[in-house]
Amino acid sequence: MSGLITITLRLNGEDVTATVPARESLVDFLRERMGLTGAHVGCAHGVCGACTVRVDGQSVRGCLTLAAQVDGAEVETVEGLSDTGAIADLQEAFHRHNALQCGYCTPGMLVTVAELLDQGGPVPTRAAIREHISGNYCRCTGYQAVVDAVHEVATTRAAQRGEPA
Amino acid sequence: MGARLVGAQVQRLEDPRLLTGKGQYVDDIVLPGMVQAAFVRSTHAHARIVSIDTTAARAMPGVRGVFTLNDLGPAVARDRMPQTAPSPAIRRSVTQYVLARDEVCYVGEAVVMVVADTRHQAEDAAARVLIDYDVLPAVVDCRAALTGQTAAHHGAADNLAARLSVGFGDIEAAFRTAPHRVTLTLDQHRGVAHSMEGRAVLAAQDAVSGKLTVWSATQSPYMVRRFLARVLGIDEQDLRVIAPDVGGGFGPKAVFYPEEAALAAAAVKLGRPVKWAEDRKEHFVSTTNQRDQHWQMDVAFDDTGKIHGIRGHVQHDNGAYLPYGLILAATSLAPFPGAYALPALQMTLDVIYTNTTPTSPVRGAGRPNAIFAIERAVDRVADHLGLDPAEVRRANFVRADQFPYVTGMKARDGSPVAYDSGDYAACLDRALDMADAAGFPARRDAARAQGRYLGIGVASFIEDTGLGPFEGATVRVTPKGRVTVLTGAASQGQGHATTLAQVVADGLGVALTDVTVISADTERFSYGAGTIASRIAVTAGSSAHLAAAKVRDKVLRYASDKLEVAIGDLELNGGFVHVAGVPEMRISLGDVALALAGTVGQRVPSGLEPGLEATAYFESTATPHSSGSTVAEVEVDIETGAVTLLNHVIVHDCGKVIHPGIVDGQITGGAVHGIGNALFEDMLYDAEGQPVSTNFGEYLLPTATEMPPIRIGHLETLSPLNPLGVKGAGESGTIPAIPAVVRAVENALAPFGVQINRYPLNPERVVNLIDASRGKT
Repeated sequence: MSGLITITLRLNGEDVTATVPARESLVDFLRERMGLTGAHVGCAHGVCGACTVRVDGQSVRGCLTLAAQVDGAEVETVEGLSDTGAIADLQEAFHRHNALQCGYCTPGMLVTVAELLDQGGPVPTRAAIREHISGNYCRCTGYQAVVDAVHEVATTRAAQRGEPA
Repeated sequence: MGARLVGAQVQRLEDPRLLTGKGQYVDDIVLPGMVQAAFVRSTHAHARIVSIDTTAARAMPGVRGVFTLNDLGPAVARDRMPQTAPSPAIRRSVTQYVLARDEVCYVGEAVVMVVADTRHQAEDAAARVLIDYDVLPAVVDCRAALTGQTAAHHGAADNLAARLSVGFGDIEAAFRTAPHRVTLTLDQHRGVAHSMEGRAVLAAQDAVSGKLTVWSATQSPYMVRRFLARVLGIDEQDLRVIAPDVGGGFGPKAVFYPEEAALAAAAVKLGRPVKWAEDRKEHFVSTTNQRDQHWQMDVAFDDTGKIHGIRGHVQHDNGAYLPYGLILAATSLAPFPGAYALPALQMTLDVIYTNTTPTSPVRGAGRPNAIFAIERAVDRVADHLGLDPAEVRRANFVRADQFPYVTGMKARDGSPVAYDSGDYAACLDRALDMADAAGFPARRDAARAQGRYLGIGVASFIEDTGLGPFEGATVRVTPKGRVTVLTGAASQGQGHATTLAQVVADGLGVALTDVTVISADTERFSYGAGTIASRIAVTAGSSAHLAAAKVRDKVLRYASDKLEVAIGDLELNGGFVHVAGVPEMRISLGDVALALAGTVGQRVPSGLEPGLEATAYFESTATPHSSGSTVAEVEVDIETGAVTLLNHVIVHDCGKVIHPGIVDGQITGGAVHGIGNALFEDMLYDAEGQPVSTNFGEYLLPTATEMPPIRIGHLETLSPLNPLGVKGAGESGTIPAIPAVVRAVENALAPFGVQINRYPLNPERVVNLIDASRGKT
């Protein structure tokens, strides 16, 4: 039922080779074989976004992506993005704005938001921020503090780039 | 002791780990030799189990064990699950077996547990378990359950679990003398809790000591310890229950579940750690839901809108079993008479079994239902008299000069209910002001000129919080001057580690970061109840405050002796006790702790008890009542039925606010939960009892795009019932959200004469309401 496939990927900046069952999802691979438990399995059917990780710069659902699909890809998780400092300003803003409560959805939320912020350009409107995180469910915060934090970081980063506010 | 941190917007101590993916939720924990469980669940709403064939499943790769009820051992198989909330009011208590024995009573009831090396293997093997069912008739609608011939439990004479009754005053006189009356028929539905983390359990027995440790994503580790020990037939001291990081709770995680017992039994039988993490479909069908209530109410009132009496009856769908006593049902009547001084009340409620997933409280428990009913009644009175709904509320409010106000209701222990403090009218006025209610007619008219329909809705509420008996706390200072706070109170994201640290740091004059809070581990703290009913700030917060005061007192007595100054001349500051005005005459708290930690052959100084630590259990014997008002403004698209939320204001009084950001977060998240109930969330069953909304495509949770700006105002009338002056805040956003949003939609549709008696208001229902009023159904 489950053929084995050998994959090679760059995971949080390190080269990894592993042999995985063909049916194994990316999030299961990360959590159970790589010990990276930041991404969570909230619904396992691609709606809640708690499993969101980054593959070749794009945020993807770890539960709808097979580990076999990331052969040759660059995969980044919240652990990797934390270690490099790439989202340090975002994490600090979440901290300051109380943009997390139980924290279960937070790693996926951060990865999704990082993608929006990396797009550069003018500061996204609050509506645009809401649209971008609409695939990340949070039952605790009501989203408002998340939008506050993201808008602040977007504004700061735009100012640093010399974009008009 | 000066409050430096209580009331301040400090940064949460919980966040750094959670923001970097270093949280440790149950499913993140890995133990050597750990294996995984999957459950085979009933596919029928009601059936007799004819036979179970596990032969093929046992032969599947990686399988370590396949368990039916009897395979879990005689202690577990002997009886049904314990009633965790016994009450003399329960007429017939039916709980499920840990695994179904010979009958299943809802889709999702666990029948067989499969344990294998991996979850994939466990699920593969679970698919090979053959269960032969003899399907029985199912009762799905609780309104038919008391009159029909169908029994939710085979052989039962009827489906009535309990009949509750509350009341006070002369209800007959109220209806005899009041010049007006309205009748309301309300259908209420509250769905599934949907913490983003489902339930999860990991059980492991120590091979040497035999001690069993269970990590569970629970709100109530001490209740799990008590009842799990009972089910397993072991002593509580041989069982340790830990709630590690828990990804949201919202009520259902307060229940003791069959899976906790099944995994513990399997871990013992297999001699290996066994883990199970619920998937989302399991959460829909096997974690307790809330469900339907059908309300009938008569309201008697006078020309001014003053309500003289309310009487009515509620049919409450409790699902297939009664795992948590009558807590949910009782809280559906307990909030009466809401924010109002009511002369007479008579309400009854039937708790009815159906062949659907069992129920227990979801955020607010029955309070959102009761407040919806009361607030609908007030709106109906206003409509009947042509008065402003806010005016009718003011006419009926308990006034600020009436506290403590004895309502006439009785608490769970039979004592009279009294509202302790507040200013309900002030909350309402401020909410109306923040929402610019005065400007609403102009906004509405301008929109109408463009063919758009705007509506506004107001709801006022009270919330009984700080439920007894207690949560305790131990405060301990180490020789390095660090402070440890131990408590039984489990956290699921509420930020207790931060708020308790604020309270203790203020008490001892230390920095917030010098305090570490350790909670929800039965091995670390002796007793606990559970994180429910917005009770932790009141109970654990007060205990932490009292324990810190005892430690402070010990420090002062030690330093007074050592420095030869009067206690009144000493201050605690920056981790030191020092002479006021002479900061260099000081002793560090760490040195006090070291001195009191004892040295061989030396007496403990100053005649003090050994150890710089203290424990306190604040017993909450009276109920702090939070209060407030919500104003919602919406736009309704009369063609599509879509409701757009424009503005949502809540002015809230939870007494002293320990942490503004945490309180606002609770209120905002709670409001969104209530908005979800009002507009989106619908747990549907077909006529045979098959759930038909079991994924996030079919069951809609609120997402970021639909949510309006939510603005919060605070009134701080301190509760006289605890040393911190606090009242609970965890459910206050949810409780008034449904009536406010429903009224706003009704108000938008006023040109069509629409009356709304049911939620959620999905687009289909809104369009049907408009069409019905236009006579073109």
